[in-house]
Amino acid sequence: MASTIRVRATSSGETTEVQVLIQHPMDSGFVKNAKGETIPPHFIQQLTFEHDGKKVFTADWGGGVSKDPYVKFAFKGAKKGDELKISWVDTKGATDTTTAKIQ
Amino acid sequence: MKLRSAIFLASAAVALAALTLAGALPSDAADKIDPVADAKAFQKFFRDKFPKVKFEDFVNGPYSMNEDLYRQWQEKEQFPPYEFSLEMGKEMFSKPFKNGKTYADCFPNGGIGIRQNYPYFDEKEGKVITLELALNRCREANGEPPYSYVKDEMAALTAYMAFTSRGKPMDIKIPNDPRALAAYENGKEYFYTRRGQLNFSCATCHVQSPGERIRAEILAPALGIVNAMPIYRSEWSGMGTTSRRFTTCNSQIRAVPLSPQDDEYRNVEYYLSYVSNGLPISGPGARP
Repeated sequence: MASTIRVRATSSGETTEVQVLIQHPMDSGFVKNAKGETIPPHFIQQLTFEHDGKKVFTADWGGGVSKDPYVKFAFKGAKKGDELKISWVDTKGATDTTTAKIQ
Repeated sequence: MKLRSAIFLASAAVALAALTLAGALPSDAADKIDPVADAKAFQKFFRDKFPKVKFEDFVNGPYSMNEDLYRQWQEKEQFPPYEFSLEMGKEMFSKPFKNGKTYADCFPNGGIGIRQNYPYFDEKEGKVITLELALNRCREANGEPPYSYVKDEMAALTAYMAFTSRGKPMDIKIPNDPRALAAYENGKEYFYTRRGQLNFSCATCHVQSPGERIRAEILAPALGIVNAMPIYRSEWSGMGTTSRRFTTCNSQIRAVPLSPQDDEYRNVEYYLSYVSNGLPISGPGARP
């Protein structure tokens, strides 16, 4: 299975713009299926971006975030060729990690 | 039992007679089925109504109608929400069935770059064949269970097939066969017929009012609407095929939807695709 994380990180020299798309159902726990049974909560609790061993962005999420979430942000202090590490942990303890080269 | 079948046969015969009678009387020129003139008039209508919209841009649905939405969409297209589905479709398409054959064996040119030729009129069967129908038939012929016509796997497969045809102009042919013309005409009739509690036809929204709002949504023009199929809709938070679009449209106007791939839906798709001939395939698309 391919990674659940898609990343695009581009540096303009001063700032690095990061775009991420994550494949995840993000079930809030308040939705019922066709049979009327509640779909148990299952969502990403924490999403982190690390550059050079330092956290540059952390998101603490709840069930209110949409399915297949998309994140975009920018930070300073990275250059082209550097690596960016992205990882998430969800309510079932599942996790995924990927690294991307800044372009 | 015997009597009932006799009655059925008799009524079928009457219906058949009526059909042939209607076929034998092409009455006057105004009633003649003329797809070429139809398509020309249809495209002219949209060009005249939206002189600022570039012709190829009509395939971008609501985005071609609203500047704000257009900018949001361009941003979104850098990381399109259909990407996961597209990748899944590509993987599925190349994976062989249990008997070793693949989807590529069922389609001309190995299924690559052929989206613009669907739906087509099958002269052997005398009916319109859509891409989704052909895909499920391919599966069944190879001993695999069919997929749901509305979403998930089917949408992923068609997303990949549409992607390989991106930019190619829609190229639907109507063979010189009275049944093909009848299917076309039936689709056209369905498109313009009002139905449901709200008494809307497909044309009410997509010919009369594209660019207008229906609640928070901006209505897409009917021209080129099928070129972007299948689509990822934020409203669905998932992918949907042309069948899904038709069935949801029907329930939104509080009409009873037909079953996906019903003859009439296939005919509407045939009609809609034909009048969009010449416009590029842009699927898979993303819609609000």
